[in-house]
Amino acid sequence: MAAKSDIPGRLIAVEGLDGSGKSTQIHLVHQWLQGLNCKVFFSEWNSSGMVKDATRRGKKKQLLTPTTFSLIHATDFADRYERQILPMLKGGYIVLCDRYLFTAFARDGVRGCSPEWLRKLYGFARLPDIAFYFRLPLETSLGRILEGRPQLKYFEAGMDLGLSTDIQESFRLFQGRVMENYDRMAGEFGFTVIDATRAIPEQQEAVRGIIQDRIDLALFKRR
Amino acid sequence: MTAKGPRSKPPIGKRSFGEPLPGVDLTKLAGLLIVIEGPDSSGRSTQIGLLSEWLEQKGYAVAQMGLTRSVLVGEALDEAKMGNTLSPRTMSLFYATDFYDQLENSIVPALRAGYIVLADRYVYTLMARDLVRGANPDWVESLYSKAIMPDAVYLLQATIANLADRTLATHHIMDYWESGMDLGLSRDWYDSFVRYQLKLRAEFLRLQRKYNLELINANRSVKTTQNDLRGRVEMILERAYAGAQG
Repeated sequence: MAAKSDIPGRLIAVEGLDGSGKSTQIHLVHQWLQGLNCKVFFSEWNSSGMVKDATRRGKKKQLLTPTTFSLIHATDFADRYERQILPMLKGGYIVLCDRYLFTAFARDGVRGCSPEWLRKLYGFARLPDIAFYFRLPLETSLGRILEGRPQLKYFEAGMDLGLSTDIQESFRLFQGRVMENYDRMAGEFGFTVIDATRAIPEQQEAVRGIIQDRIDLALFKRR
Repeated sequence: MTAKGPRSKPPIGKRSFGEPLPGVDLTKLAGLLIVIEGPDSSGRSTQIGLLSEWLEQKGYAVAQMGLTRSVLVGEALDEAKMGNTLSPRTMSLFYATDFYDQLENSIVPALRAGYIVLADRYVYTLMARDLVRGANPDWVESLYSKAIMPDAVYLLQATIANLADRTLATHHIMDYWESGMDLGLSRDWYDSFVRYQLKLRAEFLRLQRKYNLELINANRSVKTTQNDLRGRVEMILERAYAGAQG
């Protein structure tokens, strides 16, 4: 992965299981930085228009294999990274990413793609300056998802892995494995782990504190 | 298509270039994967058509595969090519997705069923195109490291003058991508075609050395080239179906 120090922008990523509350937290960070009048930009995993159609088509028809699932997300990410994230960083923005390449490492790893292959595939992308990992017990995140949104999607539940014919059971098993991968990566990539069982404002306070410590926000204020 | 007679014992087992292909047991794959590589207008499809006829007449079931557009990303890829809005890396990844989609959904099932798969281009064309556009060789190699190693690869090679002649005689117009116009080598299409094809050839030759591709002189007549190919395929068949041929 590329060195981090040579461009003016800063990259902050949030990762964690579905239901970990990471999107809420990054949204609050976004609001906070905007309120401080910082140059900030928010980016989501899977949001590039060009690739969206193909992803949707593949997912709908359940055409994807572990390899094409991985590649189609990499395609989407590359498009967004090269046209948007990297230029924004070069232009001196703080870029907030709701999920970053660790999502691919965790999910595609469960689908059987090797860590080496995945790291090489995404080798063109910079590592974040701060990667927050919102960690909570598996049962808690499963509870949050399964009670709130019982209509699980095929790939989201990892049904393609054939872990179980029951979609909820498949989701449980799949999320468990994804979590194992996140836990393994925490050391390798120096994740900043946030206890996602705590109250939302408490977590946010911790997150803001860490960002302030690690990034000189004054440099990003619009004049 | 007719299956081979009782004398044949289909060859079993394939390998990838390096990485495993998740969800596919390569050791269970029978059949043969024979690849014809080469630039456009080198006569690939003509040669494949003739090989196919010949093999079927000998009693082998044949499936022809090309790097056409897959169901998965075909449309999006065509749009991207029209609009010219994607970066070279995104295009590489798009093509790789397209390739694996076809590999896993067309080539693998045909091999599993014991067919001889004649592939009209394979990873080498995709790699060469990326390399000409400045991709990192390690990255490209890793990208395609899950592909199934073919049983034979024949690289058709013709002089650039012959390629240009055939392109013009067939299509009466130059193709934007085959002329490498996206690279900005020249504003003159013919000139760009020549320069692009020279670059492509240099990359193909590097790949040829690295992956031991068999070079086929495609400046000769269709018939001579075909006889050359048949002689080589015959050897592959003998080796693959050895013991069964009596």
